[in-house]
Amino acid sequence: MGAVNALKGVVNSLTNPPIFITLVAVTFFLVIGRRAFWRPRVGLAVGVVAAAFMAVSTFDPNFRLIVAKPDNIPIVAMLFLIGFFFFLSMSQAYGNDDRIARGEPPLEATPKEAEKTWVWPDLVYTEMVCMVIGIIVLVIWGIVFKAPIEEPANPARTPNPSKAPWYFLGLQEMLVYFDPWLAGVVFPSLIIVGLMAIPYLDTNPRGNGYFTFRERRVEITLFLFGFVILWVLLVMLGTFLRGPNWNFFGPYEYWDLHKLLALNNVNLSEYFWVKLFHANISGLNMFVRELPGIVLVLFYVGALPVLLARSRREVSLPGGVRFNVGLRKYYEKMGPWRFAVFVFLVLAMFALPIKMVLRWTLNLKYIVAMPEIFFNI
Amino acid sequence: MATAKPPQPFLSRTWDYITETQIWRSIFRHGMPANNRNRVLVVMSNVFLHLHPVKIRKSGIRLKFTWCMGGLTFFLFLVETFTGLLLMFYYRPTVAYAYMDIVDLAEQVPLGIMREIHRWGAHAMVITVWLHMFRVFMTGSYKPPREFNWNVGVILLVLTLLLSFTGYLLPWDQLAIWAITVGSNMARATPVLGHEGPGSQLLALGDVKMVHAGSDARFALLGGRFVGEGALLRFYVLHCVGIPLVAGVLMAVHFWRVRKDGGISGPL
Ligand code: HEM
Repeated sequence: MGAVNALKGVVNSLTNPPIFITLVAVTFFLVIGRRAFWRPRVGLAVGVVAAAFMAVSTFDPNFRLIVAKPDNIPIVAMLFLIGFFFFLSMSQAYGNDDRIARGEPPLEATPKEAEKTWVWPDLVYTEMVCMVIGIIVLVIWGIVFKAPIEEPANPARTPNPSKAPWYFLGLQEMLVYFDPWLAGVVFPSLIIVGLMAIPYLDTNPRGNGYFTFRERRVEITLFLFGFVILWVLLVMLGTFLRGPNWNFFGPYEYWDLHKLLALNNVNLSEYFWVKLFHANISGLNMFVRELPGIVLVLFYVGALPVLLARSRREVSLPGGVRFNVGLRKYYEKMGPWRFAVFVFLVLAMFALPIKMVLRWTLNLKYIVAMPEIFFNI
Repeated sequence: MATAKPPQPFLSRTWDYITETQIWRSIFRHGMPANNRNRVLVVMSNVFLHLHPVKIRKSGIRLKFTWCMGGLTFFLFLVETFTGLLLMFYYRPTVAYAYMDIVDLAEQVPLGIMREIHRWGAHAMVITVWLHMFRVFMTGSYKPPREFNWNVGVILLVLTLLLSFTGYLLPWDQLAIWAITVGSNMARATPVLGHEGPGSQLLALGDVKMVHAGSDARFALLGGRFVGEGALLRFYVLHCVGIPLVAGVLMAVHFWRVRKDGGISGPL
């Protein structure tokens, strides 16, 4: 019993957002470019471990309470599905890369696959089988799990926690780090605009219509970082690990209404003026007060893209990982307009992990804090 | 001559009889799609099937390639339309009735699993649309000539989420109104157009603010200052009529473009 509780304690502390997000993100960057991780054996092992973890964990009453909610079951299924298809696509991609390296065409281009076949019956029957399976699954699902209905709506009683619908919980999680105007309006809009811009920004003609990783390394890594880490992982975090007052609770922790967390986050202006210069900023004009933050933000969105466009420095890390810090190559390939939009969107995406790290390490609250005009970054 | 033919079994005789009636022939203008000519005709002469091409790359119908996710998303959309229609028979979108109608649905309607199927189908549709986008990205299928169809897809993704979001409110229980409250609170902070958004002070005539809690983006969304009667009716209309209509039209465009852009993508 003691050992089990110790183990639960370890899992609870490993899932604390700073540790959890960092671990998953680092793992992501370590495995995505390495062939050896995308073999069926590895995929199977990871899948079995994840399933075993779920199965064993259901013995814990607190875990069961959250995970077995009828509304949360599809989210558990989604995590496994995303894991499965992530693996499937990467393993097919590396399979094709191996073929290309041997001088063969990708699987989809072999004469047998490129050959045309009749839509009736080949496609129509596949569609019908999918539909029949779909209906069976839905009917069984509908019989086994009742759709929940809670108490009647009561505008006077706010439940704690109050959560947005599950697919928006990534955005709600973003509220920990950014104000609503960014997390709820600007970033979602940028996600939509960014997705729509992808075909026009990605000028790489290769990898069109078949799975491949080596021919599209950067595109795939960036997209999957956004999709798997910044979207799906945060949805999962918001669903399973955020309880009353949006506090963090480990998977085996009881959702205690009275869990108190000391929060003393500090604004950049305070760090700069008060802690560095021991100045009194209470009467200062807000633009003067927030000057350090404003300069920093302007540098990030204004000067950094220019610097990146000009430099072409290459950094190599131990272990053979090499990447370009400068993006001159891209600038030359994409031209100024495409490059400007591309870098802006990527920087916007990385604003979230950057703010996360600043919060975790420095307790930084706002880089620019102008509550007078609802403008906090 | 006729006596030389062996006697046909009953079923096959009946089948032959049916397919030779004037009624059958008025509906299907060609024989069974068992030869190539009829396989062309079946797709070309049927309004639903003709969203497909007549022939297609083998790689394009492999389950391993498409994961069937686009098709499943569309299937779920149809399931939602059908079950949603049945739910509309029982549900009245007013604060006085909504909640009780949902409770009655579980307690009074015999064999009622329509609400279950509708709800689980909605969750599933969000998941399949994400996976579909994921697949399209991983096969590079957004690259020319399919840029436009990717964009139609992104709009469909947003509409799918909005469909689910507007539907979330309708049971009118605690889960519903507070989830929508949390979600719609964001609109308060819309730059310029939300009354707690940066720049909203700029829109003022002298001392009179033009953007306030009774005129901002959130108010327009909810038809009120909080999630109440107005919001319920707005969400109901959007959920049952507005968004499905737009999504349905865009899906037709989407499928048509899959065909016109050369069928399911494949290496050139
Ligand atoms: C309601 C939502 C949607 C429905 C019903 C739908 C349906 C479909 C179907 C049935 C196909 C045929 C191939 C397949 O099944 O994979 C397809 C292809 C495609 N979809 Fe969607 N889709 C939806 C949303 C999206 C989204 C969100 C995107 C991207 C952001 C997208 C982009 C595409 C593209 C580019 C193709 C062509 C793929 C190829 O040629 O390989 N669709 N869609």
